[in-house]
Amino acid sequence: MMSLPQPLINNRKIATHESKAVTLLLITVALSYLLLFLGIPLFAVFYEALGKGWALYWTALQDPDAWSAIELTLIAAAIAVPANLVFGVATAWAIAKFEFRGKSVLITLIDLPFAVSPVVSGLIYVLLFGAQGWFGPWLQEHDIKLIFAVPGIVLVTVFVTFPFIARELIPLMQAQGKDEEEAAVSLGASGWQTFWRVTVPNIKWGLLYGVILCNARAMGEFGAVSVVSGHIRGMTNTIPLHVEILYNEYNFVAAFSVASLLALLALVTLLAKSIVEIKVKRNGNRLPHGETE
Amino acid sequence: MASFKAHSVLPGFNLALGFTLLYLSLLVLIPLSSLFFKTATLGWDGFWEVATGDRVLASLRVTFVASFAAAVLNAIFGLVVAWVLVRYTFPGKRLVDALVDLPFALPTAVAGITLAMLYAPNGWIGHYFAEHDIKIAYTPLGIVVALTFIGLPFVVRTVQPVLADVEAEIEEAAASLGANRWDVFRRVIFPSIYPALLTGFALAFARSIGEYGSVIFIAGNMPFISEIAPLLIVAKLEQYDYAGATAIALVMLLISFALLLAINGLQWWSNRREIR
Repeated sequence: MMSLPQPLINNRKIATHESKAVTLLLITVALSYLLLFLGIPLFAVFYEALGKGWALYWTALQDPDAWSAIELTLIAAAIAVPANLVFGVATAWAIAKFEFRGKSVLITLIDLPFAVSPVVSGLIYVLLFGAQGWFGPWLQEHDIKLIFAVPGIVLVTVFVTFPFIARELIPLMQAQGKDEEEAAVSLGASGWQTFWRVTVPNIKWGLLYGVILCNARAMGEFGAVSVVSGHIRGMTNTIPLHVEILYNEYNFVAAFSVASLLALLALVTLLAKSIVEIKVKRNGNRLPHGETE
Repeated sequence: MASFKAHSVLPGFNLALGFTLLYLSLLVLIPLSSLFFKTATLGWDGFWEVATGDRVLASLRVTFVASFAAAVLNAIFGLVVAWVLVRYTFPGKRLVDALVDLPFALPTAVAGITLAMLYAPNGWIGHYFAEHDIKIAYTPLGIVVALTFIGLPFVVRTVQPVLADVEAEIEEAAASLGANRWDVFRRVIFPSIYPALLTGFALAFARSIGEYGSVIFIAGNMPFISEIAPLLIVAKLEQYDYAGATAIALVMLLISFALLLAINGLQWWSNRREIR
């Protein structure tokens, strides 16, 4: 059943492999840990959603509030992902293709949103645009509502997903160097031609990888969105916020039904991520993730 | 300009860097700076009073202890998982490998409600513990469970590539010099993966400090016992205590910065050892 590593010399204990017993023990420990913390919870989401039958599941998903939450989540992701895509490509171009002072500081600054608690991410936008905030009085005068409204949700979503694509592209483009682009330019290609015909084909998998991760976070963000949303049902609730409301109302079947959509999204994300990783390996390119970089 | 940037034949530097700096400033730097300015309205004494309040200190302690415990759990079991994924083959290994990233992909609110349900006294997992009078959900232990879930991929993903790079020749050399398997692990393999392990630990810890969505459902959120610092920020916001919320947020931000610096240092150390 299990193909265990074969010792180089049979019948002799050698020090480059573990004994069969240790191997089995380690595999059992690892798989039990993953089952306990990942497998069972993943199964439980779908079990709780579907355990009382498909009828209840569909009813929960057809609720107009659920639909408006889905719509808002899609809107937020549809703005945040392209915005951070353009930013990621521009930043990676500047950082990977040119030498300039302060580059390492810039790389650290790009990572900042990952270091900040989601709650703090939401708070800083409240401090800027909330009623008591810097721009609060001006916004009120002009009758513009950002906080406790859709624009605020979009803004914090952009913030929390800010580094994803840049972070995939920078190490990838640094490793690829700039020889190919320089060759294209010296042969008379314009900047945009070089970018579209040389750079983009080289980075497409890394780009896709970043987009997948960015999208998953954009659709699933909870803490930051929760602070700026105001939880107005049917108006400013995203899918994760809608799940929270249903759960707190003890409407567990509905909560897990809506949550199962997000769990499906997570599975699709993992699948897409694995496919990209396999593609990259097959093409002989570097993994976009740069692994521990 | 000449001294700021090395010459290059490639176009687009000004546009790309200009756009980067504008976008970064508008979306990240200016919003973050509001934390400092808002806290400044409290004055130093006001800030100190909020930051060292009993409830704030208690929430920071809960956050730190739970994050540390979860990161230790993940360091130990994450190492085993990485080892198994790199060194052994078994059916379904690719699936298991892909599943390790689930906590990155699954929205935190979903993780939160699911873990709360599983570890409640009448839940699938919780009832085994309830038989022995151990409550997990709605206690600090529940926080550790949620943070363990959230931090699970970090150690695995940092150790995995480094472990894969450990050369078989070194292990064989040690073996031929008379080391047994445990010696080889302890004195040859472990020292080369140790920096990566520590980096993974620090990443998991840093992520846990700020975590909110997965924790609030399972924590019970009792002040002084199971209330985490991010939740206290939300509580202050709901009472319109913006300055108080900001002061705690600033403390957390400074802690995050310190951890970010430590992680960068660790990664630099780790890379340097790999090159050597």
